[in-house]
Amino acid sequence: MNTPLLKVDNLRIALAGDGVTYNAVENVSFEIGRGEAFGLVGESGCGKSITALAVMGLLRRPLSLGGGRIVLDGQEIQDAPAAEMRRLRGKRIAMIFQEPMTALNPLSPVGKQIAEMFVLHEGANWRDAMDRAEEALRQVRVPSPERRIRDYPHQLSGGMRQRVMIAIALACGPDLLVADEPTTALDVTVQAEIIDLMAELCAAKGTAVLMISHDLGLVANMCKRVAVMYAGRIVESQVADAIFATPSHPYTQGLIDSLPRLGERARRGRQRLTEISGVVPSIQAYPSGCRFNPRCPAVTDVCRSSAPDITALPADGLVRCHHHG
Amino acid sequence: MAESLLTLDDLAVHFMVGSAFAGGVKTLKAVDGVTLEVKAGECLGLVGESGCGKSTLALAIMGLLLPTRGLIHVDSQQISGSTPPDRMAMARTVQMVFQDPYASLNPRQTVRRTLADPLRLHGVNDKAEVEARVMDMMAKVGLRPEHADRYPHEFSGGQRQRIGIARALILKPKLVICDEPVSALDVSIRAQIINLLLELKDEMGLAYIMISHDLGVVEHVSDRVAVMYLGRIVEQGGWQEIFEDPRHPYTRALIAAIPDPFHRAAATIAKTKAKGEIASALNPPPGCHFNPRCPMKADVCVADAPFLGTVGPGHLAACHFRDRVS
Repeated sequence: MNTPLLKVDNLRIALAGDGVTYNAVENVSFEIGRGEAFGLVGESGCGKSITALAVMGLLRRPLSLGGGRIVLDGQEIQDAPAAEMRRLRGKRIAMIFQEPMTALNPLSPVGKQIAEMFVLHEGANWRDAMDRAEEALRQVRVPSPERRIRDYPHQLSGGMRQRVMIAIALACGPDLLVADEPTTALDVTVQAEIIDLMAELCAAKGTAVLMISHDLGLVANMCKRVAVMYAGRIVESQVADAIFATPSHPYTQGLIDSLPRLGERARRGRQRLTEISGVVPSIQAYPSGCRFNPRCPAVTDVCRSSAPDITALPADGLVRCHHHG
Repeated sequence: MAESLLTLDDLAVHFMVGSAFAGGVKTLKAVDGVTLEVKAGECLGLVGESGCGKSTLALAIMGLLLPTRGLIHVDSQQISGSTPPDRMAMARTVQMVFQDPYASLNPRQTVRRTLADPLRLHGVNDKAEVEARVMDMMAKVGLRPEHADRYPHEFSGGQRQRIGIARALILKPKLVICDEPVSALDVSIRAQIINLLLELKDEMGLAYIMISHDLGVVEHVSDRVAVMYLGRIVEQGGWQEIFEDPRHPYTRALIAAIPDPFHRAAATIAKTKAKGEIASALNPPPGCHFNPRCPMKADVCVADAPFLGTVGPGHLAACHFRDRVS
């Protein structure tokens, strides 16, 4: 295989507490090929969003990069100076956030916010940039873009705002789009539209996607490969179809089993949902050994004493469990 | 058949918004002509997107908003625009579980106080009895006795929701409105709370109105389902009819929008997806409110609002093409 577009290698993110430093993320490694959609799934606090911020070079105190490498297209960017990262962001890697209202500038018309990308990154003059912004709005299927270009974010609906975010992110044709819970704040029918739009535009432009979500189903529909994070570590990574067919980590298995599945009640009658017992551990109190061990139905002594290594699965998959195989 | 606990008869809740000086006063029809029934011990799933009027409907049933038109019968009480409810009696009949368990608990009250206050307000003055009922309720929702003296911030999200459920049930209501009870919780915790709600329903003979946008949850818990769009019920029926044989294109669009990792036929999904977004309730489209987004739109949909017509036993749909099977 030729060099991947993005390679995250042994990433560690440090969280400075009161005189103590915690590892909010550790041993996180993954690769994304050109034009490939990769999903990172986990619950709140598992470290998926800060992993995305690390890739963007946007970690701020109390978070900092504790170690590891982030390689974009052969170039190590984890120690790149701020000016260099500013040049990359928007041009080569772009990001969409969960809440478009807080991510957009409320005092600037949306057209100007899109046009800014062409001015800053491609040296276009404002007149040309505004024309291209209108075209960009048309591409994300905002109705009557010639009028909408002058609207402020508060004049648009949630779905339209997220379309504007996508237009800004994809304006300069980045190689990688990082999407952090891009549809969580939206209604379900709108969510479906936005996901379709993102998938379609990225496929047309050959943009790779790093999709962050708590919704395993959503990620599996959009992405080719999926990694599941728990308490700061990747516990399993597989091809999307395989993760549902043969989940290998008890946490993944538990997540899939615990969700009421559409059509299940008609087929089998109402079954009691399978629960994952306990709660997500807080970073100050990560259990020793495998971090899932207090909640795991298959826990044994070895799980409490030592952290499991990676076991390879077919098709470049991996799982971090003592009891696999 | 169980007797009906709640009936809504042509219920409407309108709001006047804007001012006479700036653009004029407009009427926002948040709930517009809803007729529904919930029987004792039954779970009604209420589905719809933000802005469809679900929460206004819930507040009206709680007696917190007066109807503009129509009647609400809860148990033995009748509420209309001119007869406001007896709040104390309502609190013993209808209670609510909120979406965000942290925002809906008083941060300066211990769990014991949160659960004991309603009892005292409703005339349980014997200290031993209050304590016994608080402890009994805590045990029912899976909280340990030592949790009684703790404050909400000391609990995880799932446990906070258990406190919220305990508070709703402490007065032994007959109907509990659950407004997105699991959406704010971690995915791995949701199953615990759903199982708990179903157990308590059987144990205490409760009726639920389960408001949720998660159709997987609604299908799992509901006996009957009502789908709301811009203030109106567009379809209602038994859970099986709604999910197996949906007759309103909006219901079909909602089902098609659920990402399905187990791969339904992609072609049927593309055909039934809705376009665009929910219109503003201030300025709803003429005729059928869903027509600008509908894949089956015809001229009649713009001209006339369809009525909620019968398509099967207990199964109603408000679509001009309700008899056309997908």
